Amino acid sequence: MSNSKLDARIPEGSIDQKWTKYKSTVPLVNPANKRHIEIIVVGTGLAGASAASTLAEMGYKVKAFCFQDSPRRAHSIAAQGGINAAKNYQNDGDSVYRLFYDTIKGGDYRAREANVHRLAEVSGNIIDQCVAQGVPFAREYGGLLSNRSFGGTQVQRTFYAAGQTGQQLLLGAYSSLQRQVGMGNVQMFARHEMMDVVLIDGKARGIIARDLISGKLERHFGHAVVLASGGYGNVFFLSTNAMGSNVTAAWKAHKKGAFFGNPCFTQIHPTCIPVSGDHQSKLTLMSESLRNDGRIWVPARKEDAEAVRAGKLKPNDIAEEHRDYYLERRYPAFGNLVPRDVASRAAKERCDAGFGVNATGQAVYLDYASAIERYGKIEANKQNIHNPDKATIISLGKAVVKEKYGNLFDMYEQITGVNPYNEPMQIYPAVHYTMGGLWVDYNLMTTVPGMYAIGEANFSDHGANRLGASALMQGLADGYFVLPYTIGAYLSGEIRTKSIPTDHEAFVDAEAKVRQTIDTLINIKGTKSVDHFHKRLGKIMWDKCGMARNAEGLKTAITEIQQLREEFWKNVRVPGEANELNTELEKAARVADFLELGELMCMDALNRNESCGGHFREEFQTEEGEAQRDDANYSYVAAWELTGNNQWTLNKEELKYENIKIAARSYK
Amino acid sequence: MKITLKVWRQKNTNAKGQFETYKLDHVSEDMSFLEMFDVLNEQLINEGKEPVVFDHDCREGICGMCSMYINGRPHGPKHGVTTCQLHMRSFKDGDIIVVEPWRAAAFPVLKDLAVDRSSFDRIMAAGGFVSVNAGNAQDANNLPIGKEVADEAFMSAACIGCGACVAACKNASAMLFVSAKVSQLALLPQGQPEAKRRALAMVNQMDAEGFGACTNTGACSAECPKEISLSNIARLNREFLSAGFTAQAE
Ligand SMILES: Cc1cc2nc3c(=O)[nH]c(=O)nc-3n(C[C@H](O)[C@H](O)[C@H](O)COP(=O)(O)OP(=O)(O)OC[C@H]3O[C@@H](n4cnc5c(N)ncnc54)[C@H](O)[C@@H]3O)c2cc1C
Ligand code: SF4
Ligand code: FES
Repeated sequence: MSNSKLDARIPEGSIDQKWTKYKSTVPLVNPANKRHIEIIVVGTGLAGASAASTLAEMGYKVKAFCFQDSPRRAHSIAAQGGINAAKNYQNDGDSVYRLFYDTIKGGDYRAREANVHRLAEVSGNIIDQCVAQGVPFAREYGGLLSNRSFGGTQVQRTFYAAGQTGQQLLLGAYSSLQRQVGMGNVQMFARHEMMDVVLIDGKARGIIARDLISGKLERHFGHAVVLASGGYGNVFFLSTNAMGSNVTAAWKAHKKGAFFGNPCFTQIHPTCIPVSGDHQSKLTLMSESLRNDGRIWVPARKEDAEAVRAGKLKPNDIAEEHRDYYLERRYPAFGNLVPRDVASRAAKERCDAGFGVNATGQAVYLDYASAIERYGKIEANKQNIHNPDKATIISLGKAVVKEKYGNLFDMYEQITGVNPYNEPMQIYPAVHYTMGGLWVDYNLMTTVPGMYAIGEANFSDHGANRLGASALMQGLADGYFVLPYTIGAYLSGEIRTKSIPTDHEAFVDAEAKVRQTIDTLINIKGTKSVDHFHKRLGKIMWDKCGMARNAEGLKTAITEIQQLREEFWKNVRVPGEANELNTELEKAARVADFLELGELMCMDALNRNESCGGHFREEFQTEEGEAQRDDANYSYVAAWELTGNNQWTLNKEELKYENIKIAARSYK
Repeated sequence: MKITLKVWRQKNTNAKGQFETYKLDHVSEDMSFLEMFDVLNEQLINEGKEPVVFDHDCREGICGMCSMYINGRPHGPKHGVTTCQLHMRSFKDGDIIVVEPWRAAAFPVLKDLAVDRSSFDRIMAAGGFVSVNAGNAQDANNLPIGKEVADEAFMSAACIGCGACVAACKNASAMLFVSAKVSQLALLPQGQPEAKRRALAMVNQMDAEGFGACTNTGACSAECPKEISLSNIARLNREFLSAGFTAQAE
């Protein structure tokens, strides 16, 4: 079944020896040669910043790019909850194998075993490295590192820094990067956008970048190009991603021959603040850690839900017996801590059935009342208060919740104007992460020689669903500990390649094409803004390729996207000029790529006649509404190859499970 | 609500800027301040005009990119909140709101409300790190660090590098930003071997970038969206002074 164009280059040997053996046999580049080898790294999030600094430490010459005004502002900065590592510091039975197993199972058996095992193996080194850099992780009074638990696991392996783990990890990676910038080993290009990759004799040899301040196009040579450009959740317009997150770098690579893996695998996060109106520009995540203590419910009676929506009934006035704690009801073993895909679908199911609670009917409650009471009683005991009255209990309990989740509660109140200590929060699922991305082999190289993809930009180790706190782990594993080794396999063959002057015709051609696209966009001078098109695309994607999909909807979506794309190229209005700071032009170029990607996502979803992880096809579910996988026919990575203008062929990488027995994924 | 905006417009770094007045008739109080700017920009585009350029990305108060000077205060009227987290319910129907970029010699205006803060990156490159390569580290729990110290380091590390402290300061000093990083790393054992060198290098770079001197007015900390404390500046002064003595002795 596997396709000859796809060679995953998985090393021989037993699963726990593959990486060790590989590392000791992978060809090296000697220090004198490294000084003459240039590497381009696009992106300075966790993956890009860690890769750029590590490659520079090893002696390579690095050029790094990001579109924000500083590498420190990459989207990784916003990650809240934590980072996993199989340290077993809590002595609760964690191990490399268990992290490997949880990740494969959490991904609904759609990830590559060898890569995931390697990820689990290096996870511990990441924590060591970050601590050495001065990352202030949460600690216990004894001075040792603290852990919390996340969805889909039964051990405590998540390291964190309050609700700002991504920020602290990225600032650590950024400081290493700045150290190399100061030493002259990394040349940093902030406020630069990669507009295309340049291929010479079939190998990636550089990029065309746009200086976002002057609008000038630049040519940059590299012996290899590493894409660390993040995920593409913003194809849905509304998501928890930063406003600028985009698919452009990965998409341009795809158009130059890199296959795109599992594009339809999108993660919808169950706990986000619901949409408040048409002006909405993005959605805000409420960390998964809130599900440790909060209880999720909707009214059990339709008339109550209707009264709530009409503003006639308050949640606190609904009696306990008229509430439906639907996760606890459906999944007694994991309760409110089921994995994200399961929790999201269950919320949608209740809202679609008419039990949703805000004005739009698209929200459920996340309630802290019982946690406040429980903590209040414990606290009263600790303080030796006998027979405390209700008010005392509540006030003590609120103080405990504030200590644990204060910053999240404040953020909720800031955005909604409602105080979550007194009234249950309203939440709804939102697009959060993309498991799909550029297909890569064991070396993290795409199907284009010399072009690598790391972090969220690759099709990743998370199969059809990512577990919480595993994206930060993967980004840093790729950048600090995997790519710096595996890239040697390619670069050791390039030591004789001299820097190619950028007046080479491949650079000239690529730049001319980019200029042409930009000029076209500016000269359409249509009547509708870029956001207008982006919002319409987002609505098609959310309605038909979102939390639930079906064949008919996907077919309609494909036609609608094709029409929208045509309309965009006829009628978009991009004010201003090409040769200046022009934020509308930046957005237009990104949305143009989203309009192509959206179609491929729908094709992929249509092709996959099964439900697995975040991909739920309504036709394939059990009687209880659970996802129904089809391992006999779909145990493969779908790697799409562009063969013409919006024409694709499917290549399949068969997934072999030699160490984990495939089973139904149950959290009951 | 109806809102009148007076917004600083400037074509590029060398152009002369001026205020423009815009009226918005349908502002909802659930909108964030930046969503109001989205609405303004949509209106401008539909009228065939150029939208206002402003920096933003995460819209969650963490990336440090947003940077508006609102009615004479960096990040606006609410304490401990970035521009992107400010919501229109903090304003009233009929309000006139004046919006400017950060003003500081070391932060030249690029266009409209966007400024160049790359000076901060250069200060970080001068010394804002621990010198440790990937793969050098020992096991994380071999180095116990008391919770109080870790928590204090975390409070300093919470700085988002937005530059509001500079914009708030009449001398446009970057002391709060620099001291937050120096303190974080000086508090932790990992950062101590280089503490003095770091303080010297970062302060020298700060001076070279043209930031002003600190005269202890405290405006920086009062306007900082992450409530970075003035005690960081005191710690920086200590590190810097003793570093200066050591350097002379050598
Ligand atoms: C709100 C939120 C909370 C999260 N919390 C967690 C968590 O608790 N734990 C966890 O494990 N994961 C979490 N995640 C997921 C995780 O943060 C991301 O998957 C991860 O940070 C991605 O890192 P990255 O390095 O791959 O890409 P990013 O951090 O997205 O960086 C992308 C980089 O590429 C650059 N770039 C992109 N396109 C171009 C271009 N064309 N030209 C030049 N540069 C370009 C950008 O400037 C940026 O520097 C969270 C995500 C969100 C949205
Ligand atoms: S100290 Fe405060 S105001 Fe200054 S850059 Fe840091 S977060 Fe912004
Ligand atoms: S946009 Fe990121 S802090 Fe405001």
